Amino acid sequence: MEFLTNMWSTMGIGSLYWGNVVMWLIAFLFIYLAIKKEYEPLLLLPIAFGILLVNLPSEIMTPGEGLLWRFYHYGEEWAVIPPLIFLGIGAMTDFGPVIANPKTLLLGAGAQGGVYIAFLGALALGFSVSQAAVVGIIGGADGPTTIFLASKLAPEMMGVCAVAAYSYMALVPVIQPPVMKLLTTEEERKIRMKSLRKVSKLEKIFFPIITAIIVILIVPDAASLMGMFCLGNLLRESGVADRLSNAAQNELMNIVTIFLGVSVGATMSAEVFLTPKVIFVFILGIVAFACATACGVLLAKFMNLFLKEKINPLIGAAGVSAVPMAARVAHKVGSEADKKNYLLMHAMGPNVAGVIGTAVAAGMFLSVLK
Amino acid sequence: MAALESPMAGKVLEILVQEGQKVAEDDEVIILEAMKMENPVFAPADGVVKEIKVKVGQQIAESEVILVLE
Repeated sequence: MEFLTNMWSTMGIGSLYWGNVVMWLIAFLFIYLAIKKEYEPLLLLPIAFGILLVNLPSEIMTPGEGLLWRFYHYGEEWAVIPPLIFLGIGAMTDFGPVIANPKTLLLGAGAQGGVYIAFLGALALGFSVSQAAVVGIIGGADGPTTIFLASKLAPEMMGVCAVAAYSYMALVPVIQPPVMKLLTTEEERKIRMKSLRKVSKLEKIFFPIITAIIVILIVPDAASLMGMFCLGNLLRESGVADRLSNAAQNELMNIVTIFLGVSVGATMSAEVFLTPKVIFVFILGIVAFACATACGVLLAKFMNLFLKEKINPLIGAAGVSAVPMAARVAHKVGSEADKKNYLLMHAMGPNVAGVIGTAVAAGMFLSVLK
Repeated sequence: MAALESPMAGKVLEILVQEGQKVAEDDEVIILEAMKMENPVFAPADGVVKEIKVKVGQQIAESEVILVLE
C-alpha cells in the first residue's frame, strides 16, 4: 500500500490544476492551426509543444535545472537568439527597392506610429511602462524584435506578446486590406508607379555598412539587432561569402528557430498566461497593427502632397515589417483596383525599411526605459 | 506591333500562349513568380503573338521584353 502511495506521489497527475488543462487545449489549438491551417507552422509548432511541455508537471522549466529553462536563459534572457534571427533575415533581404527609391525609408519609419499609439493605449489600460512598450512593439509585426524587447524589459510578457506578434503576422492578409481600402480612394489605389532604377552592386555593398554606422550612432541600443542584420546583408551582397550567407539564412536560422519556439512556448505556464491582461494584449496588438497600417498609408498620402512623381499610398501599408506578406497584400489590393498594376516590388521598399524601423523603435524604447 | 515588357522582375512560371496565337487585350499571357507570388501578366493590346522572347524558368528583369504582338 505504501508502495502505491509513493508511486502516486511521484506521478505528476496529482499536481495538475485546471489551468494546466486549459493550456493544453491552447497548445492543441495551436498545433491544429499550424498543421491544418499552416499559420506560421515553423514557429507555431515548437511554441505549441513548449506550451504543452511546461504545463505538464516536471522540472523542465525550473531555473538552473530544466532543459527548456536553459534554452530560455541562454537564448532569450541573454538575448542571443533574436539577433541571430536578424542575421538570417539580413542575409535574406534585398535592399535594392529601398536603394532605388529611398523615400520608402520614410514609409517604413512612419508605420511605426502604430507602435506608439498602442504603447499609449497599453499605458491607459494599466500596464507598466515597460510592459506597454513590449505590447506596442507588436504593432511592428516583427516576432524576433518583440521577443528581444520583452527579454530586456518585461520577460513575463514574452510568451504572450510573441504569440500575439506571430499570430498577427499570419493574419496580415485579413487585418490590413479593410484599413487600406478605408483610407484610400479607388483612384489612389490605381496609381501606377514608375519602374525602379537599376541598383549597382557597389550601392548594395555600402548600404548595410552605412546603415549600421548611422543607426548605431543614433540608437546604440539597437546595436545587437541592427549589427547582426547588417552583417547578414553584407554577407549576402558581398558575393564572396555565399556559404556564410546561406548558412545564416538556412541552417542557422532553422536551428535557432527550434530553440526560440520551444522556449518561448515554455514561458507560457498557466499561472502566467491565464490572466485578464492576456486578452488586453491581443486586443492592443490588433489595434497596434491596424494603426501601423493606417500610419503608413496616411504618411504616403501626405508625401503625395509634395511629390511630383506620386506614390501609390497602398505601399505605405507595407511599412510594417512582416516581410514579404505585407508587400504581397499591398500588391493584391492594388491589383484589385487595376489588374495591370504591379506594386509588389515597389512595396518591398517600405517593407524591408519597416524591419529596420521596428528594430530602431525597439532600441529607442530600450534606451529610454532600461 | 506592340511589345509586352515585364512589369516587374521575376521568374517565368508558365507561358500561356503560343507563337501565332491570337490574343485579345487583357488576356493572361504569362505567369510571373516573384516573392513566392504568382502574378499574371496581361496582353497590352489585341493582336497575334509574333515572337515569345522568354522561356519557362527564366529569371527576367523589369521592362525586359516578354513577347511581341502584331
